[in-house]
Amino acid sequence: MRRVVVTGLGVMSPVGNDVTTFFDNLVAARSGVARHSRVYAEDPTPWLTAEVPAFSTEGFTKMRLGTLDRTTLLALLTARQAVADAKFVAADKNLTGVYWGTGLGGASTMEDSYRQCLVNSATARVKPATVVMTMNNAAASEISLDFGLTGQTYTYSVACSSSAIAIGEALRAIRAGYCDCVIAGGADALLTLGSLKAWQALQTLAREDKDNPATSCRPFSADRSGFVLGEGAGAIVIEELEHAKRRGATIFAELAGFGSTSDASHITKPSAPGQARAINMALSDAGIAPQDVGYINAHGTATAVGDVIESDAIKAVFGDAAKQVPISSTKALHGHLMGATGVVEFIVAILAMHHGVIPPTAHLFSPDPACDLDYVPNIARPANNINAVLSNSFAFGGNNAVLIAKRFA
Amino acid sequence: MSTFDTVREMLVDQFQLDPAIVTPEAGLEELKIDSLSAIEFMFLLEEKFNVNAPMERVDIKTVSDIAKEIDRLIAEQHGEKAGEAPA
Repeated sequence: MRRVVVTGLGVMSPVGNDVTTFFDNLVAARSGVARHSRVYAEDPTPWLTAEVPAFSTEGFTKMRLGTLDRTTLLALLTARQAVADAKFVAADKNLTGVYWGTGLGGASTMEDSYRQCLVNSATARVKPATVVMTMNNAAASEISLDFGLTGQTYTYSVACSSSAIAIGEALRAIRAGYCDCVIAGGADALLTLGSLKAWQALQTLAREDKDNPATSCRPFSADRSGFVLGEGAGAIVIEELEHAKRRGATIFAELAGFGSTSDASHITKPSAPGQARAINMALSDAGIAPQDVGYINAHGTATAVGDVIESDAIKAVFGDAAKQVPISSTKALHGHLMGATGVVEFIVAILAMHHGVIPPTAHLFSPDPACDLDYVPNIARPANNINAVLSNSFAFGGNNAVLIAKRFA
Repeated sequence: MSTFDTVREMLVDQFQLDPAIVTPEAGLEELKIDSLSAIEFMFLLEEKFNVNAPMERVDIKTVSDIAKEIDRLIAEQHGEKAGEAPA
């Protein structure tokens, strides 16, 4: 079977707009959660969000910026980082594709157009570029255009598993020979009043800690109350091993396994058996045993139910080894990046193995007896001998996706 | 400022163009402005000049075609003297 390796990383996140800053902040447990910068005239509620810090848009004309949704802009800049990191040279652009994930695509453009039509004036016209800004495949297509890549270019919209599934499908496409190289990842920028209210209505958002808002998201902690909605993007360059070797690429890790299942049990409530099947499928795909896994980046959304079920799923697969494997949820710091969360957290897992340090589960102030595994609470942990890492992504809709990377040898 | 001057200023600003090449005769293709960007640019002009462009396609090839179309819309919709951009 053709082997697939990771040769480039890029990230735009609430804790940093480059891979180094991003990982350093996670290791130091610096939170990207804060009061939302935009106050909406319609509703002055002070929202808690995880926003991508200001970034340069040098090289984009005003017209270009005016016709790209924020999601696509983050996607493009992230893909450029990954490509620069990979010193990417597509040997055959027809065999180089883009596999991208997004939950809501051009959410802010869509909301602006609704506001224009339904609030400002029913006869108002909306931006002519609205269609191409809001379509879910906008980001993938712009990345394809940006690099002139003419291979398979697909978009997966699978809620919080979107970009993990995009990476898993890209892995399968390279193995099967449809592509030699893929820019894979995902992006979401849905911090709009409409989506904030929708998530709030679903009672999934963290209660704000008035004294220290940055610590409001507390995965696996007894006082957890949900996640903080975030925005961001992540991209990885993955290649067939010989393709990477031929061009002398630096290899971060081997993309070794993917598992994907559907719970078919409830539209929002996760299911431990469904998650466990996905983890088992990924382990089997990677050809490794549970005890070979040196770190799990948990989905860990800090909801009352979700964290217990994920812990149960890990116990179901790992058995006695469950208590030995370090697990952390970095969502406490970077927020829930929705369609981007799978790739961004997979990057965390790869970097943990690469640098030999596990970022902690921040804000784990009070242990929960129902979450009784090793969540690497609050302080990063050196771990020099990690040979395989696993990243969980579990979406509303019951779509579970698990990715495994192995140390390349 | 004439309509053409305003259009030119906005073209330079939006597309980061060298003002010297934005002449009345300059074709949009030559300025590397594709059809989608041209429609989006007309939308910005509608806001700037407070006019509504027709929904059907208007044949616009050059910078002066844009200025003429805006002047026509101003005359039609505001009855103002063409060439006087609102402040």
